[in-house]
Amino acid sequence: MKRLSILTLTGVVTSLFFFGALSSCKPPKKDSGLSADAASKVYVAPGKKDEIYLFTSGGFSGQIGVYGLPSGRMLKQVPVFSQDAETGYGFSEETKPMLMTSHGFTPWDDSHHPQLSRTEGQDDGRWLFINANNTPRIARIDLGVFKTREIIELPNCGGNHASPFTTQNNEYVVGASRFSVPYDKDGDQEIASYKDKFKGTISFIKVDKETGRMGINFQLLVPGVDYDLSRAGKAASHGWVFFSCYNSEKAHTLLEVNASQRDKDFIMAVNWKKAEEYLSQGKGMKWPTNYAHNVYDEATHTATSTMMKEVTVLDVKDLPGVCYFIPCPKSPHGCDVDPTGEYICASGKLAAVIPVYSFSKIQKAIEAKNFDGDFDGVPVIKYEAALDGEVEKPGLGPLHTEFDNEGHGYTSFFVSSEIVKWDVKTKQVLDRVPTYYSIGHLCVPMGDNIKPFGKYVIALNKITKDRYLPTGPELTQSAQLYDITGEKMKLLLDFPTIGEPHYAQACPAEIITKHEVKFYKLADNKHKYAATNEKEAKVVREGNNVHVYMTSIRSHFTPDNIEGVKVGDNVYFHVTNLEQDWDVPHGFAVKGANNSELLILPGETSTLKWVPDRPGVFPMYCTDFCSALHQEMQGYVRVSPAGTNPALKFSTGE
Amino acid sequence: MYKTKFSSLVVAALFFITGCGGSDNKTEADNSEAPQSMIADEPVDDGQGIGKFKDVTLAAIDEKLAKEGQVVFDAKCSACHKTTAQKVVGPGLAGVTAKRKPAWILNMITNPVEMTQKDPAAKDLLAEHLTQMTFQDVSDEDAKKLLEYLRYNDQEGGEEKEEAKK
Ligand code: HEC
Ligand SMILES: [Cu+2]
Repeated sequence: MKRLSILTLTGVVTSLFFFGALSSCKPPKKDSGLSADAASKVYVAPGKKDEIYLFTSGGFSGQIGVYGLPSGRMLKQVPVFSQDAETGYGFSEETKPMLMTSHGFTPWDDSHHPQLSRTEGQDDGRWLFINANNTPRIARIDLGVFKTREIIELPNCGGNHASPFTTQNNEYVVGASRFSVPYDKDGDQEIASYKDKFKGTISFIKVDKETGRMGINFQLLVPGVDYDLSRAGKAASHGWVFFSCYNSEKAHTLLEVNASQRDKDFIMAVNWKKAEEYLSQGKGMKWPTNYAHNVYDEATHTATSTMMKEVTVLDVKDLPGVCYFIPCPKSPHGCDVDPTGEYICASGKLAAVIPVYSFSKIQKAIEAKNFDGDFDGVPVIKYEAALDGEVEKPGLGPLHTEFDNEGHGYTSFFVSSEIVKWDVKTKQVLDRVPTYYSIGHLCVPMGDNIKPFGKYVIALNKITKDRYLPTGPELTQSAQLYDITGEKMKLLLDFPTIGEPHYAQACPAEIITKHEVKFYKLADNKHKYAATNEKEAKVVREGNNVHVYMTSIRSHFTPDNIEGVKVGDNVYFHVTNLEQDWDVPHGFAVKGANNSELLILPGETSTLKWVPDRPGVFPMYCTDFCSALHQEMQGYVRVSPAGTNPALKFSTGE
Repeated sequence: MYKTKFSSLVVAALFFITGCGGSDNKTEADNSEAPQSMIADEPVDDGQGIGKFKDVTLAAIDEKLAKEGQVVFDAKCSACHKTTAQKVVGPGLAGVTAKRKPAWILNMITNPVEMTQKDPAAKDLLAEHLTQMTFQDVSDEDAKKLLEYLRYNDQEGGEEKEEAKK
């Protein structure tokens, strides 16, 4: 039924396309049978697998969505910055430290830009990074297990939006501040002192090649504008990073009006190799600060959170050659580098053209000091000196561009709600197609790599309206899939997503599946409270803490009868799943717990904390259907009144 | 029901485009795989089971190896099996080395999912116990140690031993 309605909708789309006023290009042949063709292109037969993984940001859910393309089937939600009751992430004792920040336990955030790790400018499928916008953080997800393994907080930063972007070989994951703020060490300033006291930062996070372990190598102190989006240079421009900046007016109120005054804002070009030189010459300053670094240890199955006390900073206005501004029409959003690394195109949300800059011209302009003064001590390169050309009249409200492997750019237009295909060399518009509705970012599989995969473009839409069955005032979020293999882009599919899909990255499945982990080996389990076989199962009291070393296997817990617990005890159920095959998780829940369930994967140990509030007998059970005898997978804990002295007893099958 | 209807719709749609000369996509209706349990052609049963072991010949019981096998058994098997005749999750394993060929046992340990789908004796066991035994990430070497332990257990008379303990 659902499929049928997609067919019908696609039919509607086709007719809109034929008769709509939006299209300024030649209409496709009327008998091309677009709708039926679309069905065959997205149909993945039962039991068959999709060709591509799509990782979408969960937006204000704080998570990541994983989808298969071309079917648009949702495969998984990876919890990152928000607690997730379904998996126990952020509820279990092992994962609570993942959500620690300098502000304490921070169980929610707003995630925007998933970014795959890369080797030689190509997605390598090892890790996925994503930003927390609100309480600035960057997370690393391990794509062998599809789990968040590390989160690092960014000090001296407000609104970590231009983040995270990886350099060609993952030398750095880079994140810049959206909201300029006074730096942490003297943060208490009048808001009206914005122009003097409010500044931005760009954090350069080093990534260990083997383990993926992150660490802030240095932060650049940069002028107090809003940094919006970014891309690292590659190939020709490897060694540089480019940022879009708005609010060069430095407004601190009613930005809607006040940050849209000047007819040009900036692209900022940063030479990070030069910054590294200054760093090695000892030009960095050590500033006191406080930020959390949370790491999940694969061997102990346990995360730890460490508060870091110091960060190294470099002030760009004292370090010539690190930073340059380039004028850019009106409030740019996307700032994207083409596959050759030579062209950098910026999408001014309020602009009438897409400027395309040339990296080699930028280098010449720097050499010739072809500047138009400076902005807060940073030289401003002349617009014409950096410009390669402009895409004229592309549409309204350009936002973001990705590329195929044939020299085409695909730019999203929020206001005119369309995707426009253009030629990077000639700047000619080649095709346009409407999106439903109001596209934000878009994604071409490997569209920011040196060799894009192409084939599709995915529209990540901001408005849903009438595209799906209504679900009350709050509608599903939505994405759309377009075929870009022909001269004309073709709409193939609408599919719903979780949270606002700000941005997404996609790559062929085999890049990811080669890292697949099927279960955790019990022999490698170094959890402090693991019971790796039933003989190790036990209950131990230490003052008011009761540690239950419990095992689960289809379909019983050991122990499954426990007595000797008292009201007010801290009971820790450390449950080890003894299964050693994939797809055999067990769950665990106990009545009255002010907590979520646990979902324990094969070979894993997870801990649920429970503080019983009254005497009685409390059932516990397995929550994930595990076998024909799953319904028998249950047990009891007896809780005696506080102040009594019941003997500790535990057993299974007695 | 739902699926059948749904794919016939798609097939119908595919037919429709082919009619318009739109594309020459193969219909994909025929390539969904039947679940393994419905596969008809069963191999001839030689009592060796299905897997990489065949015609395993045995020497006299090596007690040292059997002891090592017991360690593996306690870690990876004891949650589901006793070495007496008593069923827990899986069957009690007393007497299993008299009942089954050595290769069959080794195949059951290292390839239980395929065994319970295709081997007649293992299929019967699944029908009786209704829990799928899964591969416990046992190396071939450890599987042989386990077999040695089960042989040792049978030689010692697993059942009486357990009785004696009580
Ligand atoms: C999750 C529970 C479970 C675990 C762990 C498990 N088994 Fe099994 N085993 C079973 C079940 C259940 C059967 C019956 C077949 C079925 O239902 O899959 C079985 C059958 C067997 C048989 C055949 C018995 C007969 O009567 O012919 C042998 C031999 C065996 N298991 C050995 C082992 C060994 C050795 C290990 C440890 C490496 C092990 N099993 C681990 C559940 C398990
Ligand atoms: Cu279970």
